[in-house]
Amino acid sequence: MKRKNNIFYDKTLSKRHKSAKRFKFYAIFSLVLSISFLVFFLCDMFVKGLPALKQTYIKVDITYTSKCMKSYRACIDKKLRKVISRSEIRSIPLKIENNPKLLNTTVSKWLLANHQVDQYIKGHYYKLKSKDKRIVDTLNKENRVELNFNRVFLTKGDSKIPEFAGIKSAIIGTIFTLLVTMLVAFPIGVMTAIYLEEFAPNNKFTQLIEVNINNLASIPSILFGLLGLAIFINLFGFPRSSALVGGLTLSLMTLPIIIVTSRAALRSVPDSIRQAGYGIGLTKVQVVLDHVLPLAFPGILTGSIIGLANAIGETAPLIIVGMIAFIPDSPTNIFEAATVMPAQIFTWAGMPERSYIEKTALGIMTLLTILISLNSIAIYLRKKFETKW
Amino acid sequence: MKFKKKSTLIFTEKNAIIKLQESSIKYILIAASVISILTTFGILFSILFEAIEFFKLKSFYYFFTGTQWSPGIENSKFGALPIFWGTLMITFIALIVAIPIGVFSAIYISEYATSRIRGFIKPLLEILAGIPTVVYGFFAAITVAPFIVKICSYIGLEASFNSALSCGIVMGIMIIPIISSLSDDVISSVPSSQRKGALALGLTSVEATKFVVLPAALPGIIAACLLGLSKAIGETMIVVMAAGLRPNMSINILEDMTTVTVRIVDALVGDQAFNSPATLSAFALGLALFVITLILNIVSLYFIRKFKEKYKVNTL
Repeated sequence: MKRKNNIFYDKTLSKRHKSAKRFKFYAIFSLVLSISFLVFFLCDMFVKGLPALKQTYIKVDITYTSKCMKSYRACIDKKLRKVISRSEIRSIPLKIENNPKLLNTTVSKWLLANHQVDQYIKGHYYKLKSKDKRIVDTLNKENRVELNFNRVFLTKGDSKIPEFAGIKSAIIGTIFTLLVTMLVAFPIGVMTAIYLEEFAPNNKFTQLIEVNINNLASIPSILFGLLGLAIFINLFGFPRSSALVGGLTLSLMTLPIIIVTSRAALRSVPDSIRQAGYGIGLTKVQVVLDHVLPLAFPGILTGSIIGLANAIGETAPLIIVGMIAFIPDSPTNIFEAATVMPAQIFTWAGMPERSYIEKTALGIMTLLTILISLNSIAIYLRKKFETKW
Repeated sequence: MKFKKKSTLIFTEKNAIIKLQESSIKYILIAASVISILTTFGILFSILFEAIEFFKLKSFYYFFTGTQWSPGIENSKFGALPIFWGTLMITFIALIVAIPIGVFSAIYISEYATSRIRGFIKPLLEILAGIPTVVYGFFAAITVAPFIVKICSYIGLEASFNSALSCGIVMGIMIIPIISSLSDDVISSVPSSQRKGALALGLTSVEATKFVVLPAALPGIIAACLLGLSKAIGETMIVVMAAGLRPNMSINILEDMTTVTVRIVDALVGDQAFNSPATLSAFALGLALFVITLILNIVSLYFIRKFKEKYKVNTL
């Protein structure tokens, strides 16, 4: 009744409110959807990667005899040879060589199990002969099978034997590559930002640089790989698959990120600082280097960490410059062939053995942990040094 | 006069040194900024020269119109149309997934969310944006693709394990944060006078968003979508890990298809000699990729500039 008397009452209003509600629902729904993607994705990786934290070990009697030096398989009970990791059996002669006292003794030891046994014990899909399966079952009854923390993963390099593959060489490769990246990209990026923000006159040349940086930021990463291949490897003759080439390629990709964030940091320093500097007779370079740059430095650092985090996850250009080679031993310098963590993940993901899947997921968890902690450091630094002028 | 000169002598000498220092520092800075130009031209020319080598060996016309891609040793044929087609299909699926979700998420963040929710959601989306693409690729190959195959076999359809659909969906998830963060910035920077004017005319607040704020922000939203598209076209790891290698011109999204980036990786990881047409074809494809993404980026920048000029916004 009241509504009818109200001259401002619009009959379509309830309809309009309904459509408004629908609109809001769409908005909330799509946001929830994108967040649930993230949650589902992280849970999926977690569930897949968690089993790889543990590995199966089997207690075995090893008899060291002189025969072992020639045929190392002989020192382990014939039945058990199939269920023990090949890598453990292979390392026996080396052990004797290092410690000759072991000869003609029998030692009971926990050895790494074969990856199929590992999968069987964890209750995943496995491929075991029924004979070997029975052996594992009896061993299990005798309490000679144990799931232990996966020490191999962080202390060993890549291997063709799934249970023996670790991510250490990839981590060291990543460190070398990023070292090169930051040593090149950080100074050049900051210098470019200083020039563009503080010195550059507004002319065609400056505009050209600015347009270039914008473009560079949005060129597909794989094309940087083509550049690295054509220029760093073919033209300059740097060693293929080395951390040097990978790092240089990544540095060109990180450059725009560092430039853009550094410029924003320089711009946020108020003009009064510069004016005060000129007022007491400082030159432009003195003002910029001694006063503006230190004030902008936290912001520049934050931007560089974000650029670094981006570079860690980059894979495509590194594949092109050959950093997916099989690297069992960690590189010792930037000229040696190396591999990086995402490339290692890529290689493992393409392996046929199932136990590599959980290794891949664990590798991804390691990578994401590093990335998220780097980003958190960046956010923390930003909060800590945030100055309201 | 003489006296004055003498006393300023020290000053001028010092000034000269300072001036020399200043100008040398300035030149070092200029040299550093030239590197970004060198990189762009380096990319362009390194790709261009190898692509020219390729087109000396193989027909330019057939590359863009041919439908057969068989980079064998003998009788190799390089018709890239099916490869472009596969790229188009996969990015199309990705955009269908990403544009509605991304834009509506941006609308929620900028129009409805309180500052607390905003402060909570934005970092989450940043995490989504920071996940390396190789991880998305693994997710597509190991989780999404088998899931789609299962669902399809349940309905009675046959899907490939390398289906374009699974790649497209995961790629869509990847570009959601790109679209939503830029759209959010654009929508938030529409001047509030626009919205207030609409409210004063009697529109409800949602109607003001729908009919006034969003149309005003449209150029920016289009720019965001174009940027997402350019990211999707250039995306490599997801398709390398989850898409097929077979060039396939089909409209069935459950079949396997290949993309430009997959063929580039495939051509360069192999063992062929560097100057064989099979390897050089990667550079021809790379050139096409470069040109397409460059055009998309330029158009996207144009839309953003248009938006900025119209509403006098400087913060984008």
